[in-house]
Amino acid sequence: MSGAHPLLSLKDIKVTFGGVRALKGVSFEVNPGEVHCLAGENGCGKSTLIKVITGVYKPEEGAEFLFDGKPIAAMTPTLAQSLGIQVIWQDLALFGEMSVAENIGFQLAVNGKYGLIDKRAIDAAAEKALARLGVNLDIHQPLKDLPIAQRQIVAIARALVGEARLVFMDEPTASLTQSETDYLIEIVRNLSASGVAVVFVSHRLAEVLEISDRMTVLRDGSLVGVYPVEGMTQSRVTELMTGRNFDNAVIATDHDDAPVVLSVRNLTRHGEFSDVSFDLKRGETLGITGLLGAGRTELALTLFGMRAAHSGEILLEGKAVSFGSNRDAIRAGIAYLSEDRLSLGLNQPQSIADNLVMASLDRILSGGLISPSRKAKVVSRWISELGVKIGTPDDPIRTLSGGNQQRVAIAKWLAISPKILILDAPTVGVDVGARAGIFEIVRKLAAEGLSIIVISDEAPEVYFNTDRVIHMAEGRFQAVYDPRQISLTELESAVYA
Amino acid sequence: MKTFVQKFNATFGADMGGPVIAFIAVMLIFGLAADNFLSFGTFGSVAFQLPELGLLTLAMLLPLLTGGINLSITFTANLSGLAAAWVLQAHGGADAPLSAFVFACVAALVTGAAAGALTGAAIAYTRAHPILVTLSMMIFLRGLGEFLTRGGDVSGFPAYVAPIGHGSFLGLPIPLLIFLVCVAVWHVLLTRSKLGFGLLMIGSNMDAADYSGLNTRKIVVLVYTLSGIMCAVAGIIMLARFNSVRVGHGESYLLITVLAAFLGGVNPFGGFGRVLPVFVALVVLQLLSSGLNLMGANQHLATALWGVLMIVVMAARTLASHYRIFTRKKA
Repeated sequence: MSGAHPLLSLKDIKVTFGGVRALKGVSFEVNPGEVHCLAGENGCGKSTLIKVITGVYKPEEGAEFLFDGKPIAAMTPTLAQSLGIQVIWQDLALFGEMSVAENIGFQLAVNGKYGLIDKRAIDAAAEKALARLGVNLDIHQPLKDLPIAQRQIVAIARALVGEARLVFMDEPTASLTQSETDYLIEIVRNLSASGVAVVFVSHRLAEVLEISDRMTVLRDGSLVGVYPVEGMTQSRVTELMTGRNFDNAVIATDHDDAPVVLSVRNLTRHGEFSDVSFDLKRGETLGITGLLGAGRTELALTLFGMRAAHSGEILLEGKAVSFGSNRDAIRAGIAYLSEDRLSLGLNQPQSIADNLVMASLDRILSGGLISPSRKAKVVSRWISELGVKIGTPDDPIRTLSGGNQQRVAIAKWLAISPKILILDAPTVGVDVGARAGIFEIVRKLAAEGLSIIVISDEAPEVYFNTDRVIHMAEGRFQAVYDPRQISLTELESAVYA
Repeated sequence: MKTFVQKFNATFGADMGGPVIAFIAVMLIFGLAADNFLSFGTFGSVAFQLPELGLLTLAMLLPLLTGGINLSITFTANLSGLAAAWVLQAHGGADAPLSAFVFACVAALVTGAAAGALTGAAIAYTRAHPILVTLSMMIFLRGLGEFLTRGGDVSGFPAYVAPIGHGSFLGLPIPLLIFLVCVAVWHVLLTRSKLGFGLLMIGSNMDAADYSGLNTRKIVVLVYTLSGIMCAVAGIIMLARFNSVRVGHGESYLLITVLAAFLGGVNPFGGFGRVLPVFVALVVLQLLSSGLNLMGANQHLATALWGVLMIVVMAARTLASHYRIFTRKKA
């Protein structure tokens, strides 16, 4: 490996799909052993670029493609593999029922002599790859028993078996807690120290800034620029990615005179959260932050009637309530936007219209039957009110971007005219630009008198968008902060300590 | 051509394409091959044969749309028929008054509903796979029915029952009219009712439906209860057609109902499907077997061709979806 020339060098990469230019002449360079960040909003061309590099898509005429200083005439997936280019996709593509060793040595198993599998060779390869990462794992346990962070490690180890020289990691930290992320960052450092170049593709800017040496920013299929990460701030990166400037300002205001809508008193569910008490006022936005596993979602599900509290009280407008199911909670005016939009929050294969009316069917009945005209009216009202960009309301909702899906999910709950809206991780999988749009909606709803609880593991999100911030850890409320009285850094150090 | 396809899809729905093309193909092929195919006789025989399979297909349809299946439909129909037969026999058999027949029908419907509700409750509360639950139910009902009838027929009904199986009203066979009413009810149920909306939603994602406040357990219980009631209607028609009830009657229809539903564009994983394309698919299947019958082909060959038709339609659907992607890219 020579350090004189970049490991990978692309120039003037153009890709067109059905008349749409996905890449409009992009250059991209990675040095040996470097940790490089590829940043940009969804749809900016990051995945297309990775697929060009791994030979899945062919760039148009005029492209220059060098690997290790040598020109590559036509990249193919097989050639990319043999050159040591590996991609770890977000879904990891691992086999839950197989052991750690079988997952790592998968290629060896497929290519075994005489169609037979050499178990010892696979075990040896797995041990070697894990040792190189400095990780100790029982290679014989089934993959499905591992937490997600360790599965991530298994996916990296599998890439190493193929003698990787350049590893792409697509949103590797999307589902990790802070400490797991730290662990992964450590692993990536070891990897880069051993001479493997790593390209990080991530939405989460904090860790990108922490780990990378340089970053390449794409926007709308074009190269914005290549920047050294040192001295870069999150807001600067956001600006580069979106082309817009998002001024973050604390919006917290007092609601002392407003009536209390929801009171929670000493609410406890054993093993999940305990002794939780708070008041939520009319028009107030309350933030709850804390790491994954702090009991945030469990608390929200209890308020939403999907789980029963073991002790404590929930008072709605002064009256004690007890919900047998979430249908009772919905009737009482409590709405819950799930953190898992893909499998719980929305019914992905079904249409935009059906998703939107799913919680408020009773309001579109006429003579006991669903009235198509009322349904259409409700759908078009909310689509325009929340500024959802759609083709037709009959399209499956999975065809929308994350931000637009989330708007429909919010609309679904607004259609029941709720008193309280609980938003659990509302910006997961939503682009930076679209996140601001979601919080604009939240602000407008609060101004109209809706009481909102925003749950997020990203401290800045609640700091800038709520009136009060509760820090939750290990199932308990640790402290309540007024964003006007502490700095973001203070909040972050309290939450991520 | 393209605009015609778009117009067709907008009016009838994209899932109507397969069954309608198959319908035209069958009409053309048999119309040319057998000179007496396009006759009143052919359609008369189709009209009398359609209801039994059709009603059982409607009973199968709702569970399929929830992502489940009901393997106990034929035996639920048999047992419901038995309930009706016993009520008639207890009131004089061939001399039973009309009021006894009304009571018999109610008994059949209650039996079907009870079997369905039991199945639905087992699925909703144990969350066991519908294949397992309904298979158990099927074997239970078969065993129970054979035990109660000792494997024989129950027959000897009043003369006025026969027209329900064979009679005509305003020139249309009475069983066909009953079937058409059931098709209409199922169509409204699926397109306009809360239950229909909910069952399609749980068909594609039960958890998401649950999180949106739909009562998924209630929906599952109701779906299998309605399935059981539709079986009972089929059971009454079969009683009238054969003038007897026997456990095992119509057993071969079981998997044909699944075939008809898939031919009618029902998504095998649930969540998507409509009644009208399934209705057209049923007509196609009956025309196919009547046509072959006319040409003197063996009945078993007709069954084999049903399987071939299904494979052809599936292949055509795959091709059509490729074509759709192709045209969209070009646009």
